[in-house]
Amino acid sequence: MTALQEVPAQDAAAPAGVRREALYFALRNGKLLTGFGIVLTLFLLGLLGPLFLSGTGSEYGTQPMQPPSAEHWFGTTTFGQDVFTQFVYGLRTTFVVGAMGGGIAAVIAMLVGFVAGYRGGLVDEALNMFTNIVLVIPTLAVLLIINAYLGVRSVGAQALFIGLTSWPWAARAIRAQTFSLRTRDFVDLARLSGANTWKVITREIAPNMSSYLFMTFILLFGGSVLIASSLDFIGLGPTEGISLGLMLQNANQWSAMQLGMWWWFIPPGAGITAIVGSLYVANVGLDEVFNPKLRET
Amino acid sequence: MLKLDNVTKVYKVGAFGGKVFAAVDGVSFDVQAGEVVSLIGESGSGKSTIGKMILGLASITGGSITVDGVPVKPGKDYYRHVQGVFQDPFSCYNPVFKADRVFQMIKDAYYPKLGDKEWDERVRSTIRDVRLDPDQVLGRYPHQLSGGQLQRLLIARALLLDLKLLVADEITSMLDASTRIDVLNLLAELKERGLGVLYVTHDLSLGNYLAERTVVLRRGTVVEMGATGKVFGDPLHPYTRQLLAAVPRLHAPWEDAAPTQTCHYHENAASGAMFEAEPGHLVACAQLDACPK
Repeated sequence: MTALQEVPAQDAAAPAGVRREALYFALRNGKLLTGFGIVLTLFLLGLLGPLFLSGTGSEYGTQPMQPPSAEHWFGTTTFGQDVFTQFVYGLRTTFVVGAMGGGIAAVIAMLVGFVAGYRGGLVDEALNMFTNIVLVIPTLAVLLIINAYLGVRSVGAQALFIGLTSWPWAARAIRAQTFSLRTRDFVDLARLSGANTWKVITREIAPNMSSYLFMTFILLFGGSVLIASSLDFIGLGPTEGISLGLMLQNANQWSAMQLGMWWWFIPPGAGITAIVGSLYVANVGLDEVFNPKLRET
Repeated sequence: MLKLDNVTKVYKVGAFGGKVFAAVDGVSFDVQAGEVVSLIGESGSGKSTIGKMILGLASITGGSITVDGVPVKPGKDYYRHVQGVFQDPFSCYNPVFKADRVFQMIKDAYYPKLGDKEWDERVRSTIRDVRLDPDQVLGRYPHQLSGGQLQRLLIARALLLDLKLLVADEITSMLDASTRIDVLNLLAELKERGLGVLYVTHDLSLGNYLAERTVVLRRGTVVEMGATGKVFGDPLHPYTRQLLAAVPRLHAPWEDAAPTQTCHYHENAASGAMFEAEPGHLVACAQLDACPK
Protein backbone atom coordinates (compact mmCIF):
# COMPACT_ATOMS: atom_id res chain seq x y z
CA MET A 1 0.00 0.00 0.00
CA THR A 2 1.02 3.60 -0.25
CA ALA A 3 3.27 5.00 2.36
CA LEU A 4 0.82 7.76 3.14
CA GLN A 5 -1.84 5.51 4.50
CA GLU A 6 0.47 4.27 7.19
CA VAL A 7 0.58 7.71 8.70
CA PRO A 8 -2.04 8.49 11.29
CA ALA A 9 -3.86 11.61 10.15
CA GLN A 10 -4.28 13.00 13.63
CA ASP A 11 -3.58 16.58 14.77
CA ALA A 12 -2.39 17.57 11.32
CA ALA A 13 -3.22 21.20 12.02
CA ALA A 14 -0.57 21.49 14.72
CA PRO A 15 2.78 22.70 13.36
CA ALA A 16 4.59 20.07 15.42
CA GLY A 17 2.62 17.42 13.54
CA VAL A 18 3.83 18.74 10.21
CA ARG A 19 7.42 18.60 11.37
CA ARG A 20 7.03 15.12 12.79
CA GLU A 21 5.52 13.97 9.53
CA ALA A 22 8.37 15.41 7.46
CA LEU A 23 10.82 13.65 9.75
CA TYR A 24 8.87 10.42 9.41
CA PHE A 25 9.29 10.48 5.63
CA ALA A 26 12.83 11.85 5.76
CA LEU A 27 14.02 8.91 7.86
CA ARG A 28 12.49 6.49 5.38
CA ASN A 29 13.90 8.09 2.27
CA GLY A 30 16.95 6.25 0.96
CA LYS A 31 18.03 9.00 -1.42
CA LEU A 32 17.95 11.64 1.26
CA LEU A 33 19.81 9.50 3.78
CA THR A 34 22.46 8.39 1.27
CA GLY A 35 23.01 11.89 -0.10
CA PHE A 36 23.22 13.61 3.25
CA GLY A 37 25.22 10.68 4.63
CA ILE A 38 28.00 11.13 2.10
CA VAL A 39 28.07 14.91 2.43
CA LEU A 40 28.11 14.64 6.22
CA THR A 41 30.94 12.10 6.13
CA LEU A 42 33.08 14.34 3.93
CA PHE A 43 32.16 17.35 6.03
CA LEU A 44 33.19 15.61 9.26
CA LEU A 45 36.36 14.41 7.60
CA GLY A 46 37.24 17.98 6.68
CA LEU A 47 36.17 19.31 10.07
CA LEU A 48 37.74 16.72 12.39
CA GLY A 49 40.41 15.16 10.15
CA PRO A 50 43.08 17.84 10.76
CA LEU A 51 42.94 17.08 14.50
CA PHE A 52 44.43 13.66 13.82
CA LEU A 53 46.95 14.69 11.18
CA SER A 54 50.43 16.10 11.56
CA GLY A 55 51.27 18.92 9.17
CA THR A 56 49.09 20.84 6.78
CA GLY A 57 49.83 18.96 3.57
CA SER A 58 52.04 21.65 2.09
CA GLU A 59 55.28 20.45 3.69
CA TYR A 60 57.65 18.76 1.31
CA GLY A 61 58.45 15.14 2.12
CA THR A 62 61.27 12.74 1.50
CA GLN A 63 59.22 10.21 -0.50
CA PRO A 64 57.98 11.86 -3.72
CA MET A 65 55.62 10.25 -6.20
CA GLN A 66 54.62 7.33 -3.96
CA PRO A 67 51.43 5.44 -4.80
CA PRO A 68 48.90 4.90 -2.00
CA SER A 69 50.29 2.86 0.90
CA ALA A 70 49.66 2.33 4.59
CA GLU A 71 51.92 5.27 5.36
CA HIS A 72 50.49 7.61 2.74
CA TRP A 73 46.84 6.61 2.25
CA PHE A 74 46.42 8.61 -0.94
CA GLY A 75 50.08 8.56 -1.97
CA THR A 76 52.37 11.57 -2.32
CA THR A 77 52.91 14.34 -4.85
CA THR A 78 55.96 15.11 -6.95
CA PHE A 79 57.28 17.02 -3.93
CA GLY A 80 56.55 14.32 -1.42
CA GLN A 81 53.49 16.09 0.02
CA ASP A 82 50.92 13.76 1.55
CA VAL A 83 47.82 13.75 -0.75
CA PHE A 84 45.46 12.58 2.02
CA THR A 85 46.44 15.46 4.27
CA GLN A 86 45.97 17.85 1.36
CA PHE A 87 42.60 16.26 0.64
CA VAL A 88 41.39 16.70 4.21
CA TYR A 89 42.45 20.35 4.35
CA GLY A 90 41.13 20.84 0.84
CA LEU A 91 37.71 19.58 1.91
CA ARG A 92 37.65 22.22 4.62
CA THR A 93 38.36 25.06 2.24
CA THR A 94 35.96 23.64 -0.34
CA PHE A 95 33.12 23.43 2.15
CA VAL A 96 33.80 26.96 3.35
CA VAL A 97 33.94 28.41 -0.17
CA GLY A 98 30.94 26.36 -1.35
CA ALA A 99 28.73 27.05 1.65
CA MET A 100 29.68 30.72 1.96
CA GLY A 101 29.73 31.54 -1.74
CA GLY A 102 26.65 29.46 -2.49
CA GLY A 103 24.89 30.72 0.62
CA ILE A 104 25.52 34.41 -0.09
CA ALA A 105 24.50 33.98 -3.73
CA ALA A 106 21.36 32.02 -2.78
CA VAL A 107 20.25 34.63 -0.24
CA ILE A 108 20.71 37.51 -2.69
CA ALA A 109 19.07 35.52 -5.49
CA MET A 110 16.05 34.71 -3.34
CA LEU A 111 15.64 38.27 -2.09
CA VAL A 112 15.88 39.77 -5.57
CA GLY A 113 13.92 36.98 -7.27
CA PHE A 114 11.04 36.86 -4.81
CA VAL A 115 10.60 40.60 -4.50
CA ALA A 116 10.86 41.21 -8.27
CA GLY A 117 8.58 38.30 -9.12
CA TYR A 118 5.96 38.98 -6.48
CA ARG A 119 5.84 42.76 -6.66
CA GLY A 120 6.17 43.10 -10.43
CA GLY A 121 5.84 46.49 -12.11
CA LEU A 122 8.50 49.12 -11.51
CA VAL A 123 10.17 47.19 -8.67
CA ASP A 124 10.59 44.28 -11.04
CA GLU A 125 11.96 46.51 -13.80
CA ALA A 126 14.54 48.06 -11.48
CA LEU A 127 15.66 44.79 -9.90
CA ASN A 128 15.76 43.08 -13.26
CA MET A 129 17.96 45.81 -14.68
CA PHE A 130 20.30 45.49 -11.69
CA THR A 131 20.39 41.70 -12.14
CA ASN A 132 21.24 42.03 -15.81
CA ILE A 133 24.00 44.51 -15.08
CA VAL A 134 25.63 42.15 -12.57
CA LEU A 135 25.13 39.30 -15.02
CA VAL A 136 27.26 40.97 -17.68
CA ILE A 137 30.02 42.20 -15.35
CA PRO A 138 33.24 40.48 -16.42
CA THR A 139 33.90 38.67 -13.16
CA LEU A 140 37.51 37.81 -13.82
CA ALA A 141 38.55 41.34 -14.79
CA VAL A 142 36.88 42.79 -11.71
CA LEU A 143 38.60 40.22 -9.54
CA LEU A 144 41.98 41.11 -11.02
CA ILE A 145 41.40 44.78 -10.26
CA ILE A 146 40.17 44.08 -6.73
CA ASN A 147 43.17 41.89 -6.11
CA ALA A 148 45.60 44.45 -7.45
CA TYR A 149 44.20 47.29 -5.36
CA LEU A 150 43.09 45.62 -2.17
CA GLY A 151 45.26 42.55 -2.05
CA VAL A 152 42.64 40.62 -0.08
CA ARG A 153 43.48 36.97 -0.54
CA SER A 154 41.71 35.04 2.21
CA VAL A 155 39.29 32.14 1.63
CA GLY A 156 36.49 34.26 3.09
CA ALA A 157 37.15 37.11 0.66
CA GLN A 158 37.19 34.68 -2.24
CA ALA A 159 33.87 33.16 -1.12
CA LEU A 160 32.36 36.61 -0.65
CA PHE A 161 33.41 37.67 -4.12
CA ILE A 162 32.03 34.50 -5.69
CA GLY A 163 28.79 34.93 -3.76
CA LEU A 164 28.38 38.53 -4.84
CA THR A 165 28.87 37.78 -8.53
CA SER A 166 27.22 34.41 -9.12
CA TRP A 167 23.63 35.08 -8.06
CA PRO A 168 22.05 36.70 -11.16
CA TRP A 169 20.98 33.57 -13.07
CA ALA A 170 19.44 32.14 -9.92
CA ALA A 171 17.59 35.39 -9.24
CA ARG A 172 16.18 35.32 -12.75
CA ALA A 173 15.07 31.71 -12.37
CA ILE A 174 13.42 32.36 -8.99
CA ARG A 175 11.76 35.48 -10.34
CA ALA A 176 10.26 33.53 -13.24
CA GLN A 177 9.00 30.80 -10.94
CA THR A 178 7.53 33.35 -8.54
CA PHE A 179 5.79 35.06 -11.42
CA SER A 180 3.94 31.89 -12.26
CA LEU A 181 3.09 31.08 -8.64
CA ARG A 182 1.85 34.49 -7.60
CA THR A 183 -1.19 34.31 -9.87
CA ARG A 184 -2.33 31.02 -8.34
CA ASP A 185 -5.50 31.19 -6.35
CA PHE A 186 -3.86 29.97 -3.17
CA VAL A 187 -1.82 33.16 -3.04
CA ASP A 188 -5.04 35.16 -3.28
CA LEU A 189 -6.54 32.97 -0.59
CA ALA A 190 -3.57 33.61 1.69
CA ARG A 191 -4.08 37.33 1.19
CA LEU A 192 -7.76 36.87 2.03
CA SER A 193 -6.54 35.23 5.25
CA GLY A 194 -4.78 38.46 6.15
CA ALA A 195 -1.25 37.47 5.12
CA ASN A 196 1.11 40.28 4.12
CA THR A 197 3.68 40.15 1.32
CA TRP A 198 6.42 38.68 3.52
CA LYS A 199 4.13 35.94 4.80
CA VAL A 200 2.85 35.11 1.34
CA ILE A 201 6.41 34.75 0.08
CA THR A 202 7.76 32.76 3.03
CA ARG A 203 4.72 30.62 3.81
CA GLU A 204 3.14 30.03 0.41
CA ILE A 205 5.51 30.65 -2.48
CA ALA A 206 8.83 29.53 -0.99
CA PRO A 207 7.52 26.20 0.42
CA ASN A 208 5.94 25.48 -2.92
CA MET A 209 9.28 25.75 -4.65
CA SER A 210 11.43 24.58 -1.73
CA SER A 211 13.06 21.75 -3.64
CA TYR A 212 13.77 24.17 -6.47
CA LEU A 213 15.35 26.61 -4.02
CA PHE A 214 17.48 23.88 -2.48
CA MET A 215 18.48 22.79 -5.95
CA THR A 216 19.50 26.38 -6.70
CA PHE A 217 21.66 26.38 -3.60
CA ILE A 218 23.29 23.10 -4.60
CA LEU A 219 24.06 24.40 -8.06
CA LEU A 220 25.44 27.63 -6.59
CA PHE A 221 27.46 25.56 -4.12
CA GLY A 222 28.91 23.45 -6.91
CA GLY A 223 29.45 26.52 -9.04
CA SER A 224 31.31 28.29 -6.23
CA VAL A 225 33.62 25.29 -5.77
CA LEU A 226 34.38 25.23 -9.48
CA ILE A 227 34.85 29.00 -9.79
CA ALA A 228 37.13 28.89 -6.76
CA SER A 229 39.26 26.18 -8.34
CA SER A 230 39.60 28.13 -11.57
CA LEU A 231 40.51 31.26 -9.62
CA ASP A 232 43.11 29.21 -7.77
CA PHE A 233 44.48 28.13 -11.13
CA ILE A 234 45.23 31.64 -12.36
CA GLY A 235 46.85 32.53 -9.08
CA LEU A 236 44.00 34.60 -7.65
CA GLY A 237 43.12 32.09 -4.98
CA PRO A 238 43.96 32.24 -1.31
CA THR A 239 47.70 32.49 -0.80
CA GLU A 240 47.63 30.15 2.16
CA GLY A 241 46.21 26.69 2.51
CA ILE A 242 44.95 24.23 -0.02
CA SER A 243 41.66 23.49 -1.70
CA LEU A 244 40.43 20.61 -3.81
CA GLY A 245 40.53 22.90 -6.83
CA LEU A 246 44.10 23.90 -6.08
CA MET A 247 45.06 20.24 -5.80
CA LEU A 248 43.56 19.53 -9.21
CA GLN A 249 45.40 22.46 -10.71
CA ASN A 250 48.68 21.40 -9.12
CA ALA A 251 48.23 17.87 -10.43
CA ASN A 252 47.55 19.28 -13.86
CA GLN A 253 50.50 21.65 -13.67
CA TRP A 254 52.94 18.91 -12.75
CA SER A 255 51.63 16.49 -15.39
CA ALA A 256 50.25 13.94 -12.92
CA MET A 257 48.10 12.43 -15.62
CA GLN A 258 50.99 11.91 -18.03
CA LEU A 259 53.17 10.51 -15.25
CA GLY A 260 50.45 8.04 -14.25
CA MET A 261 50.04 9.58 -10.77
CA TRP A 262 46.30 8.94 -10.66
CA TRP A 263 46.25 9.24 -6.85
CA TRP A 264 47.02 12.93 -7.12
CA PHE A 265 43.98 14.04 -9.15
CA ILE A 266 41.39 11.33 -8.49
CA PRO A 267 40.74 12.13 -4.79
CA PRO A 268 40.09 15.88 -5.25
CA GLY A 269 38.06 15.27 -8.43
CA ALA A 270 36.03 12.53 -6.77
CA GLY A 271 35.64 14.72 -3.68
CA ILE A 272 34.09 17.63 -5.61
CA THR A 273 31.90 15.23 -7.60
CA ALA A 274 30.81 13.37 -4.46
CA ILE A 275 29.82 16.56 -2.62
CA VAL A 276 27.86 18.09 -5.50
CA GLY A 277 26.40 14.75 -6.63
CA SER A 278 25.30 13.71 -3.13
CA LEU A 279 23.68 17.08 -2.56
CA TYR A 280 21.77 16.55 -5.78
CA VAL A 281 20.59 13.08 -4.76
CA ALA A 282 19.62 14.46 -1.35
CA ASN A 283 17.62 17.13 -3.14
CA VAL A 284 15.63 14.55 -5.08
CA GLY A 285 14.93 12.84 -1.75
CA LEU A 286 13.92 16.12 -0.13
CA ASP A 287 11.50 16.74 -2.95
CA GLU A 288 9.85 13.42 -2.19
CA VAL A 289 9.65 14.26 1.49
CA PHE A 290 8.09 17.68 1.02
CA ASN A 291 5.95 17.07 -2.04
CA PRO A 292 3.07 14.87 -0.94
CA LYS A 293 2.24 13.90 -4.51
CA LEU A 294 5.63 12.25 -4.99
CA ARG A 295 5.32 10.16 -1.83
CA GLU A 296 2.67 7.87 -3.15
CA THR A 297 4.49 6.22 -6.00
CA MET B 1 -24.30 46.77 2.23
CA LEU B 2 -21.94 46.33 -0.73
CA LYS B 3 -22.11 49.32 -3.01
CA LEU B 4 -20.30 49.86 -6.28
CA ASP B 5 -20.41 53.37 -7.60
CA ASN B 6 -19.24 54.06 -11.14
CA VAL B 7 -16.36 51.60 -10.79
CA THR B 8 -13.77 51.42 -13.55
CA LYS B 9 -10.70 49.30 -14.07
CA VAL B 10 -8.28 50.28 -16.79
CA TYR B 11 -5.32 48.19 -17.92
CA LYS B 12 -2.41 49.62 -19.85
CA VAL B 13 -1.68 47.48 -22.86
CA GLY B 14 0.72 47.57 -25.79
CA ALA B 15 4.49 47.60 -25.88
CA PHE B 16 5.01 50.64 -23.67
CA GLY B 17 1.60 50.72 -22.02
CA GLY B 18 0.57 53.32 -24.56
CA LYS B 19 -2.93 52.02 -25.07
CA VAL B 20 -5.54 51.64 -22.41
CA PHE B 21 -8.13 48.93 -22.13
CA ALA B 22 -11.13 49.39 -19.88
CA ALA B 23 -11.98 45.98 -18.43
CA VAL B 24 -14.68 47.49 -16.24
CA ASP B 25 -16.30 50.74 -17.24
CA GLY B 26 -18.62 52.68 -14.98
CA VAL B 27 -20.31 49.82 -13.14
CA SER B 28 -22.75 50.62 -10.34
CA PHE B 29 -24.87 48.19 -8.37
CA ASP B 30 -25.37 47.07 -4.81
CA VAL B 31 -25.89 43.92 -2.76
CA GLN B 32 -28.03 43.97 0.37
CA ALA B 33 -27.65 41.75 3.41
CA GLY B 34 -29.51 38.47 3.00
CA GLU B 35 -29.58 38.80 -0.74
CA VAL B 36 -27.97 36.91 -3.59
CA VAL B 37 -27.12 39.03 -6.60
CA SER B 38 -25.88 37.23 -9.66
CA LEU B 39 -23.43 38.94 -11.94
CA ILE B 40 -23.79 37.44 -15.37
CA GLY B 41 -21.62 37.92 -18.40
CA GLU B 42 -19.60 36.07 -20.98
CA SER B 43 -15.87 35.54 -20.56
CA GLY B 44 -13.95 38.77 -20.75
CA SER B 45 -16.92 40.83 -19.65
CA GLY B 46 -15.08 41.94 -16.51
CA LYS B 47 -17.11 40.00 -13.97
CA SER B 48 -14.15 38.34 -12.27
CA THR B 49 -12.29 41.65 -12.26
CA ILE B 50 -15.20 43.16 -10.35
CA GLY B 51 -15.01 40.28 -7.88
CA LYS B 52 -11.27 40.81 -7.43
CA MET B 53 -11.70 44.54 -6.89
CA ILE B 54 -14.31 43.91 -4.20
CA LEU B 55 -11.90 41.52 -2.51
CA GLY B 56 -9.06 44.03 -2.75
CA LEU B 57 -7.00 41.71 -4.93
CA ALA B 58 -7.01 44.16 -7.84
CA SER B 59 -6.71 47.92 -7.58
CA ILE B 60 -9.63 50.14 -8.50
CA THR B 61 -8.88 52.70 -11.21
CA GLY B 62 -11.93 54.90 -10.71
CA GLY B 63 -15.16 55.09 -8.75
CA SER B 64 -15.67 53.55 -5.36
CA ILE B 65 -16.53 50.24 -3.76
CA THR B 66 -17.79 50.34 -0.20
CA VAL B 67 -18.97 47.74 2.28
CA ASP B 68 -21.24 49.27 4.92
CA GLY B 69 -19.91 52.65 3.85
CA VAL B 70 -16.27 51.67 4.32
CA PRO B 71 -14.11 51.61 1.20
CA VAL B 72 -12.25 48.43 0.25
CA LYS B 73 -9.12 48.16 2.35
CA PRO B 74 -7.23 44.89 2.03
CA GLY B 75 -6.24 43.70 5.48
CA LYS B 76 -7.35 41.62 8.40
CA ASP B 77 -10.23 43.83 9.43
CA TYR B 78 -11.73 43.94 5.97
CA TYR B 79 -11.37 40.21 5.32
CA ARG B 80 -13.07 39.40 8.60
CA HIS B 81 -16.30 40.48 6.95
CA VAL B 82 -15.68 40.04 3.23
CA GLN B 83 -14.49 36.76 1.79
CA GLY B 84 -14.28 35.08 -1.57
CA VAL B 85 -14.48 31.60 -3.02
CA PHE B 86 -12.90 31.08 -6.41
CA GLN B 87 -13.56 29.10 -9.52
CA ASP B 88 -10.87 26.47 -9.40
CA PRO B 89 -10.83 24.63 -6.07
CA PHE B 90 -7.69 22.72 -7.03
CA SER B 91 -5.54 25.81 -7.41
CA CYS B 92 -6.86 27.36 -4.18
CA TYR B 93 -4.81 24.96 -2.10
CA ASN B 94 -1.06 24.98 -1.83
CA PRO B 95 -0.34 21.44 -3.03
CA VAL B 96 2.52 20.89 -0.59
CA PHE B 97 0.35 21.37 2.49
CA LYS B 98 -2.66 19.54 3.82
CA ALA B 99 -6.00 20.98 2.81
CA ASP B 100 -7.04 21.85 6.36
CA ARG B 101 -4.20 24.35 6.51
CA VAL B 102 -6.67 26.93 5.16
CA PHE B 103 -8.47 26.69 8.51
CA GLN B 104 -5.24 26.97 10.46
CA MET B 105 -4.42 30.18 8.59
CA ILE B 106 -7.75 31.65 9.70
CA LYS B 107 -7.04 30.63 13.28
CA ASP B 108 -3.53 32.11 13.26
CA ALA B 109 -4.74 35.39 11.84
CA TYR B 110 -8.06 35.88 13.63
CA TYR B 111 -8.32 33.60 16.65
CA PRO B 112 -4.75 33.19 17.93
CA LYS B 113 -5.90 32.92 21.55
CA LEU B 114 -8.52 30.26 21.03
CA GLY B 115 -7.65 26.82 22.45
CA ASP B 116 -6.84 24.09 19.98
CA LYS B 117 -9.63 21.85 21.21
CA GLU B 118 -12.24 24.55 21.03
CA TRP B 119 -11.07 25.55 17.55
CA ASP B 120 -11.09 21.96 16.33
CA GLU B 121 -14.67 21.59 17.54
CA ARG B 122 -15.60 24.74 15.69
CA VAL B 123 -13.94 23.64 12.47
CA ARG B 124 -15.67 20.29 12.65
CA SER B 125 -19.08 21.78 13.20
CA THR B 126 -18.56 24.23 10.31
CA ILE B 127 -17.49 21.37 8.07
CA ARG B 128 -20.67 19.54 9.04
CA ASP B 129 -22.55 22.72 8.14
CA VAL B 130 -21.30 22.43 4.57
CA ARG B 131 -22.40 18.78 4.58
CA LEU B 132 -19.04 17.12 4.76
CA ASP B 133 -17.81 14.48 7.14
CA PRO B 134 -14.91 16.04 9.08
CA ASP B 135 -13.18 12.68 9.46
CA GLN B 136 -13.11 12.24 5.71
CA VAL B 137 -11.64 15.61 4.83
CA LEU B 138 -9.38 16.65 7.72
CA GLY B 139 -5.73 15.68 7.63
CA ARG B 140 -5.70 15.04 3.90
CA TYR B 141 -3.82 16.58 1.02
CA PRO B 142 -5.67 18.58 -1.65
CA HIS B 143 -5.03 15.97 -4.33
CA GLN B 144 -6.72 13.35 -2.18
CA LEU B 145 -10.00 15.25 -2.08
CA SER B 146 -12.57 15.83 -4.80
CA GLY B 147 -13.34 19.22 -6.35
CA GLY B 148 -16.69 19.38 -4.58
CA GLN B 149 -15.13 18.63 -1.20
CA LEU B 150 -12.42 21.22 -1.72
CA GLN B 151 -14.92 23.85 -2.81
CA ARG B 152 -17.11 23.20 0.23
CA LEU B 153 -14.09 23.36 2.52
CA LEU B 154 -13.38 26.81 1.10
CA ILE B 155 -16.91 27.90 1.87
CA ALA B 156 -16.51 26.46 5.39
CA ARG B 157 -13.29 28.44 5.72
CA ALA B 158 -15.14 31.66 4.93
CA LEU B 159 -17.90 30.75 7.40
CA LEU B 160 -15.42 30.56 10.27
CA LEU B 161 -15.22 34.32 10.11
CA ASP B 162 -17.75 36.92 11.06
CA LEU B 163 -18.88 37.10 7.47
CA LYS B 164 -21.10 39.73 5.90
CA LEU B 165 -20.38 39.37 2.22
CA LEU B 166 -19.26 36.41 0.15
CA VAL B 167 -17.97 36.86 -3.38
CA ALA B 168 -18.57 33.54 -5.13
CA ASP B 169 -16.61 33.72 -8.36
CA GLU B 170 -17.82 30.96 -10.70
CA ILE B 171 -17.73 28.55 -7.80
CA THR B 172 -19.78 25.88 -9.53
CA SER B 173 -18.11 25.92 -12.94
CA MET B 174 -15.73 23.11 -12.08
CA LEU B 175 -18.29 20.91 -10.35
CA ASP B 176 -20.52 18.20 -11.74
CA ALA B 177 -24.27 18.68 -11.87
CA SER B 178 -25.23 17.04 -8.57
CA THR B 179 -22.49 18.66 -6.49
CA ARG B 180 -23.35 21.93 -8.13
CA ILE B 181 -26.87 21.84 -6.73
CA ASP B 182 -25.49 21.00 -3.28
CA VAL B 183 -23.22 24.02 -3.34
CA LEU B 184 -26.00 26.25 -4.63
CA ASN B 185 -28.32 25.10 -1.85
CA LEU B 186 -25.53 25.91 0.55
CA LEU B 187 -25.36 29.45 -0.81
CA ALA B 188 -29.14 29.71 -0.43
CA GLU B 189 -28.71 28.78 3.24
CA LEU B 190 -26.09 31.46 3.72
CA LYS B 191 -28.58 33.92 2.37
CA GLU B 192 -31.04 32.81 5.05
CA ARG B 193 -28.39 33.55 7.64
CA GLY B 194 -28.31 37.16 6.47
CA LEU B 195 -25.19 37.11 4.34
CA GLY B 196 -24.94 39.05 1.14
CA VAL B 197 -23.71 36.91 -1.73
CA LEU B 198 -22.37 38.17 -5.03
CA TYR B 199 -22.67 35.18 -7.32
CA VAL B 200 -20.45 35.68 -10.35
CA THR B 201 -21.35 33.31 -13.17
CA HIS B 202 -21.71 32.78 -16.86
CA ASP B 203 -24.39 30.18 -16.31
CA LEU B 204 -27.81 31.77 -16.69
CA SER B 205 -29.84 28.91 -15.28
CA LEU B 206 -27.80 28.76 -12.08
CA GLY B 207 -28.09 32.50 -11.68
CA ASN B 208 -31.82 32.16 -12.18
CA TYR B 209 -32.06 29.39 -9.58
CA LEU B 210 -30.47 31.35 -6.80
CA ALA B 211 -30.49 35.07 -7.15
CA GLU B 212 -32.97 37.73 -6.16
CA ARG B 213 -31.45 40.19 -8.52
CA THR B 214 -29.41 39.87 -11.67
CA VAL B 215 -26.83 42.18 -13.19
CA VAL B 216 -25.97 41.52 -16.83
CA LEU B 217 -22.52 42.64 -17.82
CA ARG B 218 -21.21 43.13 -21.33
CA ARG B 219 -17.68 44.26 -22.12
CA GLY B 220 -17.26 45.93 -18.77
CA THR B 221 -20.55 47.78 -18.66
CA VAL B 222 -23.89 46.87 -17.14
CA VAL B 223 -26.47 46.47 -19.87
CA GLU B 224 -29.41 45.42 -17.73
CA MET B 225 -30.15 44.83 -14.10
CA GLY B 226 -33.15 44.17 -11.92
CA ALA B 227 -35.14 41.45 -10.18
CA THR B 228 -34.14 38.08 -11.62
CA GLY B 229 -37.73 37.31 -12.65
CA LYS B 230 -37.99 40.58 -14.51
CA VAL B 231 -34.63 40.36 -16.26
CA PHE B 232 -35.13 36.77 -17.32
CA GLY B 233 -38.88 36.99 -17.87
CA ASP B 234 -39.00 40.27 -19.69
CA PRO B 235 -35.53 41.12 -20.96
CA LEU B 236 -35.45 44.61 -22.40
CA HIS B 237 -31.92 44.81 -23.69
CA PRO B 238 -31.07 43.03 -26.95
CA TYR B 239 -27.91 41.60 -25.42
CA THR B 240 -29.86 40.00 -22.58
CA ARG B 241 -32.26 38.53 -25.09
CA GLN B 242 -29.39 37.19 -27.10
CA LEU B 243 -27.91 35.60 -23.97
CA LEU B 244 -31.19 33.98 -23.05
CA ALA B 245 -31.70 32.73 -26.58
CA ALA B 246 -28.28 31.13 -26.43
CA VAL B 247 -29.41 28.76 -23.68
CA PRO B 248 -30.21 25.41 -25.30
CA ARG B 249 -33.70 24.15 -24.54
CA LEU B 250 -35.17 20.75 -25.10
CA HIS B 251 -37.91 20.54 -27.71
CA ALA B 252 -37.38 24.06 -28.92
CA PRO B 253 -35.58 25.14 -32.07
CA TRP B 254 -32.82 27.70 -32.03
CA GLU B 255 -33.99 31.17 -32.64
CA ASP B 256 -32.15 34.45 -32.59
CA ALA B 257 -33.68 37.25 -30.65
CA ALA B 258 -34.73 40.13 -32.82
CA PRO B 259 -32.59 43.14 -32.00
CA THR B 260 -34.44 46.16 -30.78
CA GLN B 261 -33.44 49.42 -32.25
CA THR B 262 -35.12 51.58 -29.66
CA CYS B 263 -32.53 53.23 -27.49
CA HIS B 264 -33.88 53.70 -24.01
CA TYR B 265 -30.95 55.85 -23.09
CA HIS B 266 -31.69 58.43 -25.74
CA GLU B 267 -35.40 58.34 -25.17
CA ASN B 268 -34.75 59.17 -21.57
CA ALA B 269 -31.45 60.96 -21.40
CA ALA B 270 -32.29 62.74 -18.16
CA SER B 271 -32.29 59.52 -16.14
CA GLY B 272 -28.52 59.15 -16.30
CA ALA B 273 -26.51 56.26 -17.66
CA MET B 274 -29.30 53.71 -17.50
CA PHE B 275 -32.99 53.87 -18.20
CA GLU B 276 -35.33 52.69 -15.49
CA ALA B 277 -37.92 50.70 -17.39
CA GLU B 278 -39.84 49.88 -14.22
CA PRO B 279 -38.90 50.30 -10.55
CA GLY B 280 -35.59 48.53 -9.97
CA HIS B 281 -35.28 47.26 -13.53
CA LEU B 282 -32.60 49.23 -15.37
CA VAL B 283 -31.47 48.90 -18.93
CA ALA B 284 -28.63 50.47 -20.89
CA CYS B 285 -28.60 51.95 -24.37
CA ALA B 286 -29.76 49.33 -26.85
CA GLN B 287 -27.41 50.36 -29.61
CA LEU B 288 -24.47 48.89 -27.69
CA ASP B 289 -21.18 50.16 -29.05
CA ALA B 290 -22.86 52.22 -31.73
CA CYS B 291 -24.45 54.44 -29.09
CA PRO B 292 -23.52 58.04 -29.86
CA LYS B 293 -23.07 58.73 -26.15
